[in-house]
Amino acid sequence: MSRLLETARGVWEFVVGDDWITAAGIVAALGLTAVIADTGTVAWWVMPPAVLALLALSLRRAAR
Amino acid sequence: MSGPELALVVSVFLACAVEAVEALTIVLAVGTTRSWPSSLYGCGAATLALATLIAALGPALTHLPVNTLRLVVGGLLLSFGLQWLRKSVLRASGLKALHDEDAAFASGSAAARAAGERAVAGIDAYAFAVSFKGVLLEGLEVAVIVLTFGANQHRIPLAAAAAGAAIAVVALAGLAARAPLARVPENTMKFAVGVMLTSFGTFWGTQGAGSSWPGDDAALLAIIPGVALASLAMVLWLRRAPLATTAVEEPA
Repeated sequence: MSRLLETARGVWEFVVGDDWITAAGIVAALGLTAVIADTGTVAWWVMPPAVLALLALSLRRAAR
Repeated sequence: MSGPELALVVSVFLACAVEAVEALTIVLAVGTTRSWPSSLYGCGAATLALATLIAALGPALTHLPVNTLRLVVGGLLLSFGLQWLRKSVLRASGLKALHDEDAAFASGSAAARAAGERAVAGIDAYAFAVSFKGVLLEGLEVAVIVLTFGANQHRIPLAAAAAGAAIAVVALAGLAARAPLARVPENTMKFAVGVMLTSFGTFWGTQGAGSSWPGDDAALLAIIPGVALASLAMVLWLRRAPLATTAVEEPA
């Protein structure tokens, strides 16, 4: 069990890194894109500003 | 070679070169202070493990439904890309110390000298283990980049060749210098890789979520410069913002 948890933690750190808020934001932005696209509406405009906002917010947190 | 293929080669080559420079420092540190054969065995074993991972997972990934693959690949590339960009922007703005290969070599060498002797079948266990772990950890992210970029374009062999070329260039440079490659502009290369990973992650993630881009692949010609310019603007913003703290060296 502890080895399983250790592996899960390793995968988490590898994929998410030390900023889970940004990772959650990526998932949320991709989800929002999927929801909008599913209604038949153009949705490509969601990701570019979302990604830049996530980067700016992450930098702001790191710089504090 | 098409535009996306060229971007694939450049991204994988730069990412692999940066990680190879850091791995080279570890291999050199234990090689010069402990045992060259053991250090090189460790390096070779880790490289073999990474190549096996790519060979095993590559064909499986290319069989995933295209939108699922794009969504997963996009999400992963965005996660990696934003991590690379964040670190390189912080370093470029002076809020985080630049990665110093000479300092990493000195601390790695000191740790290797202080470690006890333990030989297994004539191999220095410490030198083998440190070299193996260093190369494996530095290379794992590159392996994922090779797999994700390569699988999405069905060009895993091309991505693997770009990674192999980067390893060869860094190894030859290390052999010639017989010292850590401290003058390689690591942060600039990391910035470029971060921009490419973030741009392609945005592009493929959006497609995987079910939306298409105006102009299809041509949209990358706007996304890549857009991400680069915005990131440079953030460097300027952080340099001017009254947030400055002491630059602290952190793991690469």
